[in-house]
Amino acid sequence: MINLRDKGAEIWEKANRPQRVAIAIGWIALAVSLPFLGGTILNTPIADYQSVLVYPIAMFVLMAIGLNIVIGKSGLLDLGYVAFFAIGAYTMGLLGTRTGLNTWEILPIGIAMAMFSGIILGVPALKLRGDYLAIITLGFGEIVRIVALNLGALGRSGGIIGIPTPPPIFGVEYAFDSHRVYYWTLLVIILLAIWMVRRLSVRRAGRAWESIRQDEDAAELMGVPTFKYKVWAFVLGASVGGAAGVFYASKTLFIAPDNFTLQISILILACVVFGGMGNIWGVIAGAVILGYLPDRIRFLSDARLLVFGLVLVIMMNLRPDGLLPRKKREKALPNKENP
Amino acid sequence: MIGNFLDQFWSLTFGGLSLGFIYILIALGYTMVYGVLRMINFANSEVFMIATFATVIIIRDVYNFTQTSEYATGFKLWLILGTALLASMAVAGILSVLIELIAYRRLRRMNSGVLAPLISAIGVSMVLAETMRILTDSRPVASPRAMEKKFIGKFFDADIRLDNTIIIVAAIILLTLLLAFVNRTRLGKAIRAVSMNPNASKLMGINIDGVVSITFLVGGLMTGAAGFFYVLKYENSSFSIGFELGIAAFTAAILGGIGNIKGAFYGGLSLGLLETYASFFLGTQWKAVTVFTILVVVLYTKPNGLFGEALTQTRA
Repeated sequence: MINLRDKGAEIWEKANRPQRVAIAIGWIALAVSLPFLGGTILNTPIADYQSVLVYPIAMFVLMAIGLNIVIGKSGLLDLGYVAFFAIGAYTMGLLGTRTGLNTWEILPIGIAMAMFSGIILGVPALKLRGDYLAIITLGFGEIVRIVALNLGALGRSGGIIGIPTPPPIFGVEYAFDSHRVYYWTLLVIILLAIWMVRRLSVRRAGRAWESIRQDEDAAELMGVPTFKYKVWAFVLGASVGGAAGVFYASKTLFIAPDNFTLQISILILACVVFGGMGNIWGVIAGAVILGYLPDRIRFLSDARLLVFGLVLVIMMNLRPDGLLPRKKREKALPNKENP
Repeated sequence: MIGNFLDQFWSLTFGGLSLGFIYILIALGYTMVYGVLRMINFANSEVFMIATFATVIIIRDVYNFTQTSEYATGFKLWLILGTALLASMAVAGILSVLIELIAYRRLRRMNSGVLAPLISAIGVSMVLAETMRILTDSRPVASPRAMEKKFIGKFFDADIRLDNTIIIVAAIILLTLLLAFVNRTRLGKAIRAVSMNPNASKLMGINIDGVVSITFLVGGLMTGAAGFFYVLKYENSSFSIGFELGIAAFTAAILGGIGNIKGAFYGGLSLGLLETYASFFLGTQWKAVTVFTILVVVLYTKPNGLFGEALTQTRA
């Protein structure tokens, strides 16, 4: 099968520094100019095009990048990723309405809260085998939602209303309906996340994750502190989810437990699997396509989850490496656990 | 609080027992498959959900019961219950086998590891739940009451309800049949052999794919029976019950030690009782949290389950 990823890598590796900068700037410019392409074939018939760019597309991309650290890089199946998103969003909701802090001040607090809960969940859960880990994380996601649903301080099913928008930076106002400003801000956060993941991947942490994903026992024997790096992967994934949550709450002004169901975890999982686990460009492409198509094609928007479920089954069976698979040399050895 | 609890102890216990037997039957769907393939059959919860709808359809559409029609009695009642039970079991059994064929078999051939089948299974659950959600307009479906829920006796202070009794008796019969099948028949022997060592069984001429299909069929049949009992007890169904009951049943399987039938039995009973007692004290909205907490504590402290034999670490 054709491997666009390897084609892309070939071009990238042959290019010299100015060419690389040009390629990167080209892609960023395309992403930045997306809000202005609404009148073209890209337009969405149901929802407002610019708001679709913010949620689901950009939000999905950010969360998929975060989840990819956990699933794609280190091979840990996390089905409760929405919990970190919810924790970020509720941190923003609570602090934003009760205290005078603004979004930019809450952002690090929300990220810290998400990372902290990542440790609380990760330390016991990561001692377990892969499929048990999946179930535990799924349970964690549900517990967070049920707690939000039943605690008076978190507004029960009514959620939290009147969450403030971010204050202006560099004179740019965050009005409720100026979706493209939110989109560009998210784009900056996404670029930061990409930068973080790419730097980590080529360093010690990335190599440790890679070895854990391929063969955890061998990695442990070779002296890789596997448990420590697994918790790290978990916590970093959580931090990205928390950042997405803070920003989401600040954008929608209103959050409720219904926004944080298991379905969100599965949707993000579908984005990662569809795009290609472990390859950040594939994951981004997957999130863009799966975030965008249900709003573009009317038939899909009713049966969104149905289609996402089908995507999971079909991709796993026919193209388990996803749309843009990871680099050949990074591919896993045949799994030793299933003879 | 404690006084109330003691007053209601026996009626809670009966409710908990019948819920426990429903859990046992669903847990068998997980545990049978796990025993043979060492894989969590995540889609089993939705097989259960579909089975509850099969029961509702039989009672409501085939026998034309409505909310106001009179209760059936005598032979007619047993005929209705019998068809509904068999239909749910058949639907669930066939669905289970199909799921294995479509979503797992190819992955098993590719040796794709632990995660790929799990992700595929999540996809299947999503497809089944969403299909039912679209078909039922996201609303719960009430099942007409075909059987009068009369009290047939007293035990200490508690009334013994007919539906709970039917569930417990029928579930015990099904479990006995299942044990006989696994322990006494040739096919059952094949299932046990594959569960112990698939490669050696293959060399001994056992058709692995066939055994896997049979396992899914049997697991599905048990899960289907649970679907019927659920509707008998609670008289409603919804596209979302699969997730709720499925996780609880999975917890039951883990609690007892996943992979063996006895484990599902003890785990289901304990969880049914624990959950009923816990919701008496904490309120039903914390039920799911109780279940997950039990799951986390058991997995963390005793991953082989409270009553289970140690699973071999090497063949996973």
